Amino acid sequence: MLEIGLISTLNGVLFGMLLFLMASGLTVIFSMMGVLNFAHASFYMLGAFFGFEISRHVGFWPGLVIAPVLVGGIGMLVERYGLRTVHKHGHVAELLFTFGLTFIIEELVQMVWGKLAVDYRVPQLLDFPAFTIFSTEYPAFKLFELFISIAIFLALLLVIKRTRVGLVVQASLSHPEMVGMLGHNVDRVFMLVFGVGAGLAAVAGVIAGPALVTQSNMAQSLGPILFVVVVVGGLGSLSGAFVASLLIGLLQTFAVASDASLADVFGELTGNGPLIAYVSDIWNVTVAQLSAVMPYLLLVLILIFRPRGLMGTRET
Amino acid sequence: MLTVRDLHAYYGKSHILQGVDLDVGTNEIVSILGRNGVGRSTTLKAIMGDPAPQGDIVFKDRPIAGFKPHDIARAGIGYVPEERAIFPSLTVEQNLLLGLKPGQKEGRWSVDETWRLFPQLRDRADAPGGALSGGEQQMLTICRTLMGDPDLIMIDEPTEGLAPQMVERIGELLQEIAKRGISILLVEQRLVIAMRVSHRVYVMGHGRMVFDGTPDELMANEKIRQEWLEV
Repeated sequence: MLEIGLISTLNGVLFGMLLFLMASGLTVIFSMMGVLNFAHASFYMLGAFFGFEISRHVGFWPGLVIAPVLVGGIGMLVERYGLRTVHKHGHVAELLFTFGLTFIIEELVQMVWGKLAVDYRVPQLLDFPAFTIFSTEYPAFKLFELFISIAIFLALLLVIKRTRVGLVVQASLSHPEMVGMLGHNVDRVFMLVFGVGAGLAAVAGVIAGPALVTQSNMAQSLGPILFVVVVVGGLGSLSGAFVASLLIGLLQTFAVASDASLADVFGELTGNGPLIAYVSDIWNVTVAQLSAVMPYLLLVLILIFRPRGLMGTRET
Repeated sequence: MLTVRDLHAYYGKSHILQGVDLDVGTNEIVSILGRNGVGRSTTLKAIMGDPAPQGDIVFKDRPIAGFKPHDIARAGIGYVPEERAIFPSLTVEQNLLLGLKPGQKEGRWSVDETWRLFPQLRDRADAPGGALSGGEQQMLTICRTLMGDPDLIMIDEPTEGLAPQMVERIGELLQEIAKRGISILLVEQRLVIAMRVSHRVYVMGHGRMVFDGTPDELMANEKIRQEWLEV
């Protein structure tokens, strides 16, 4: 039990930190530009595939740097020549633009790498168990993922809180037009933030790719959870996104590891008849079977009881 | 210093500014008076580039119509919006520092100067801007724009919603700004303040100027006052 608890906590924090790498960009982009970027998870996928491709030729480590930089560059181009162009037609146009972009990126990825999962491997240097808790070996690569995401989180915090660019970004979260009228080039800040956001998502892709499955549907399967994180945390709140990322990371990993069901709580159903037979199916569903639904359940609860999210300032 | 000719601006399909002519000279304090909704705030905003202005705007011999807001700010026009736009999660001091443009040093105005004039802001230097009272926020937003060392500052309704004592302080601050050779373009609802501090006043009606003269001339012109100012 303790073993499962420890491993699940580690995995949950890891998944949460990876979520935060992506959600941080998404939430900052939303509050600065009012754009809900549907394509954000696609940048994550591009990160994974670029990382894979680079790792085939020059190894994993160069990919860890080059792939995010490339994706960040693509993100900047998307903002500069895509979003900024459709911006004058309003938010619906922007939304549709990013929505369309997800399909374009997915199709392109399928054209280049196919529909099947690619063989993106953990680098040999990290392909060993870091430690053993009771009987479970914990892979070193997972520790490395955790380390990278925490390091990036700290760096991000430092930049936002301690640098002038960070100040401008923070100010732009509340009154972007005023920041411009004080003489700061807000357009450039937008482009930068969009690029960095895309780059961070790509980092998540590069380090999650070898551990999970690098496949052309990975953006689609992760995208919705990102939105859950951002809404639960509160749109535009970085600290909210952080808390929600960890919460959902832990919630999902613990749920997967739990085989509790209503039957465990209330006892087995006894008796016969069609009703009992019908209900007993639900009665024996385990939490693990529901784990995929958990984040959305949380989303619904938040929307009902706290529509502005855990730490958000505006209604979603 | 600032010359505006035949300025038009739209919000969607509504034609808000319908040919505004306006001049502000060096070291001059100029007020725009008029009822709500005639386009006074929009005039300031259009000069800042948002909504997009149509017409001629020349600042220090340089046409600036069509420039982006940040370029207009860098050209030397400071703007203080009616809603104050304090960055609520940043501290009072951080709010002030954001008034400095990229790569700029303190000029005719400084953080110390702000603290000297408004000790209550200094006492709350590390408090979040959102925690200030309305009057304190008004002081802060004006000082923040002054940090950018503008040659002309445009202030929209600085005394709105403030207690009489605060209104007095705003009046003093305006004189203090003028003393440094910074021109002021003021949009003001309170006739008394505007008449006392201004060298010249405009009266605006339905998207254009209907009067231009000294405060004394306006006092003498009962017809204009009755038609365009009094309720």
